[in-house]
Amino acid sequence: MMASDEPTAEISCTVNGQPVRAHVPVRQSLVDFVRHGLGLTGSHVGCEHGVCGACHAVVDGRVVRGCLMLAVQVDGRTVTTIETDQPTAQMRALQDAFFERAALQCGFCTPGMILQASELLTRTAAPTRAEIRDALSGNYCRCTGYHAIVDAVETAAARLRDKAAA
Amino acid sequence: MPRASTRRLVAGRGRYVDDIPAKGEVYAAFLRSPHAHAAFEVVNISAAAAIPGVVRVLTAENIDPVCPPWKCVLRNAPDLQSPEQRPLARRQAVFQGEPIALVVAQSRAIAEDALELIEVEWSERPAAISLEAAAMPDAVPAHENLKSNICWRFEHRSGDPDKAFADAEHVVLRRLVFARKTGVPLEPRGILASYDPSTNGLIVHVSHQMPHQFQLHLAELLGMSPLDVRVICSDIGGAFGIKMHIYPEEVAVCAASRILGRPVKFIADRVESLSSDVHAREHIVEARMAVNTSGMITAIDVDDIQGLGAYSVYPRSSTAEAMSALRAVGGPYRFDNYHALLRSVLQNKVMTGQYRSVGHPVAAAITEALVEDAAAVRGEDSIVFRQRNFLPTEAMPWVSPMGARMIDLSHHACLERMLTLVDYPRLRQEIDTWRQEGRIVGLGLASFVEFTATGAEAYGRAHVPVSSLDGVMLTMEPTGEVRAQCSASEIGQGIQQGLAQIIADAVGVRADKVRVALGDTAASPHGGGAWSSRGAAITGEVAWTAGRKLRNELLNVAAAMLQTTATSLDLRDGRILAADTGAERIAIGDVARTVIFHPYDLPAGTNAQMSVSHTWGRDADPFLPTNGVQASLVEIDPISGLVRPLRHWVVEDCGRIINPLLVDEQIRGGVVQGIGEALYEICRYTEDGQYGSGTLADYLLPMAADMPDIVVAHVETPYSGSQLGAKGAGEAGTCGAPAAVLNAVNDALRPFGGRIDAMPISPVDVLRALGKLPAKAGA
Repeated sequence: MMASDEPTAEISCTVNGQPVRAHVPVRQSLVDFVRHGLGLTGSHVGCEHGVCGACHAVVDGRVVRGCLMLAVQVDGRTVTTIETDQPTAQMRALQDAFFERAALQCGFCTPGMILQASELLTRTAAPTRAEIRDALSGNYCRCTGYHAIVDAVETAAARLRDKAAA
Repeated sequence: MPRASTRRLVAGRGRYVDDIPAKGEVYAAFLRSPHAHAAFEVVNISAAAAIPGVVRVLTAENIDPVCPPWKCVLRNAPDLQSPEQRPLARRQAVFQGEPIALVVAQSRAIAEDALELIEVEWSERPAAISLEAAAMPDAVPAHENLKSNICWRFEHRSGDPDKAFADAEHVVLRRLVFARKTGVPLEPRGILASYDPSTNGLIVHVSHQMPHQFQLHLAELLGMSPLDVRVICSDIGGAFGIKMHIYPEEVAVCAASRILGRPVKFIADRVESLSSDVHAREHIVEARMAVNTSGMITAIDVDDIQGLGAYSVYPRSSTAEAMSALRAVGGPYRFDNYHALLRSVLQNKVMTGQYRSVGHPVAAAITEALVEDAAAVRGEDSIVFRQRNFLPTEAMPWVSPMGARMIDLSHHACLERMLTLVDYPRLRQEIDTWRQEGRIVGLGLASFVEFTATGAEAYGRAHVPVSSLDGVMLTMEPTGEVRAQCSASEIGQGIQQGLAQIIADAVGVRADKVRVALGDTAASPHGGGAWSSRGAAITGEVAWTAGRKLRNELLNVAAAMLQTTATSLDLRDGRILAADTGAERIAIGDVARTVIFHPYDLPAGTNAQMSVSHTWGRDADPFLPTNGVQASLVEIDPISGLVRPLRHWVVEDCGRIINPLLVDEQIRGGVVQGIGEALYEICRYTEDGQYGSGTLADYLLPMAADMPDIVVAHVETPYSGSQLGAKGAGEAGTCGAPAAVLNAVNDALRPFGGRIDAMPISPVDVLRALGKLPAKAGA
């Protein structure tokens, strides 16, 4: 909600495949826009200063920190969140592997973790454990200690490779 | 078996507090004291109130009439003196970040705009900050008119420690300094309070670990009946003990909703979380251990100064942490003489409170550091020293000098398993080789006892209304599925899944046929929630008995329907079978449908109960002791002084394991929090009480790239006092990891003659210990 004299701007963008037009406060972050403007609450607000990675969204194919980007900056662009009904093969494989391996506990970091890992697997088909750990070091998890997350990303990568080879 | 409910979470469909909307909700932001200690007057709120979109500006003047102050009182510790605390401070602010005013507005951003326009006149006072200074007799008082900052003094003596120290062959001594840290659940604290004046009803969605306790306190503070206060804790984004307290902000938001008659939401931002969530583990401990000529520990002496912050946290007390530490000192070992002295000190900082493994990591670090020193002074491997001094299995049950009944522990077995797991002789050889190559590498061990699944007496005797009991209600649906309503709380640890499995086994259905509801005071009996690693040991036990009751009901009705006896029937996988042949007789869904829709088909007076409930709390054993051993392998970078954990191993005995997958991940997650405690995490205050760790760039958390893989193994010694035999597992990782890392770092430093006596272990301290930086002045 916004007060009458709050400066706003009109934006048009595509969110999870759907066209969106909205008046947004010019100071509103992307993550607040998708969460409170569009009801896409899968991107979480963990720190609001670009450290924890819980607010990840994908803008024009790149993972961004939704707390460091303004809503007005996605004008004319394509935004994907964890809720998309057209998840990539990487996202689907990661979601399955995270579930099976118990690579999440409270789940607050998980959407950001999956989007970040998905970007890694798009780039690198067979990452080492160290590469996975490096790639996920901008995503804090306070529950798991990361070991199971690294296992899950390895498993997802292996399944995607098997699928590609088949 | 994975947790069924996490399918939602990987899809981004979790429902954390900020994801839950209420029609007409407005948003709260707090004006907080910029000073550690000051008198103040709010002199003008009109400019703030005039901003478009601001609904109301509230101060203590507005809140006090609807909510009285509270104060930490422990009836069994009448000397404990903690000042009154209010939702919004009134005229005195006693820590930086203490809330003094509240703006409710159409958006959080507008509320924050308005905060800047509230006019406050401040008159700064000297502040009591450092633990040592605040504990001095002539210290600056943390509150006006406070005679002493010592909130609580406790002394315990058993046996004859003075004589034991006088007679000792060796006495080793350590002074360890533990810095404040905090839990940092990734979801900050948050609350949505919706007061309905037409019914005088309050519905509260809150990120909290124990909905029932929160409900009771809210009702009392707001002068309401608990029947009119419903507390719902849906998905919780991590808690770790941080979300088990009564905080001023949450109470103020409920009071604001009551005043305004509309929903008010407050979600802490990270700066607020880091500076107003409870901190923990601020201790300066001097400890001594006496060892006789046979190499046996004869006495331990501990002098602990604990930092509390500005208040002893409500309602469970901040002092509980230190008491827990004193109880756990020397845990794995048999010794008869013990002296412990505690001074818990008020300071102008945020409160300290229960954080994962409450107090135990402090105890384990002290104990295991002394064990290393005692072994070193005897010129033997500390493993030999541990094995000689462990409380032997045949000596149990044994009552420790602090009165803890030690039962069902497996110290020797766990250490044996660990030595195999790490391949100890080979690993030691490898370390020697690495050292010859110039690498600075060390291995550290830590044995520990952790007291879990706290019973009624711990808080009951203090007259703090904390339930150690749980209730489970089971309902048989007409489909043959089981609905469970339990008073435990799911905070990511997986108890929802664990309970489903226990109930499934108890009744005789598949786990996916059981749906467990948690975290809603309207939906379950009063019970304990999530704390003290209690879910499997207490709620699990209740769930098992409730499940057996439902099974018996089903067997009895089936027997009536089949004109046979219940004992001739079995119930497996949702089907009633003939006990002797295993032949299927009838599905339980058909039994349930008959009872619910066609009771006239049953013999008169069957009166079958398709819903049962059970409530239970342990009478015996105020705590369930668990034990384990951890090992840490670290490498030190000689240029930067940074410590890198290379490997970490855990052998844990948490009794009967319900879900091995989830238990192992609890342990791994706990270990990494413990590594964070040992190496990175610190809440820094300047000398005048300005908080300096308010962002995640300042407060360092363990990151994926810095953490090692963690090997977990188990020894399973069931608790002998229950049917399931489960004990607590959720905090064990955090209990032993800091001690293991500290010992590993000191093992690495030993060839250089240096030693670390403070946590977190800073690179500067490491470089000093390596002789690469001059020693600290005065050290």
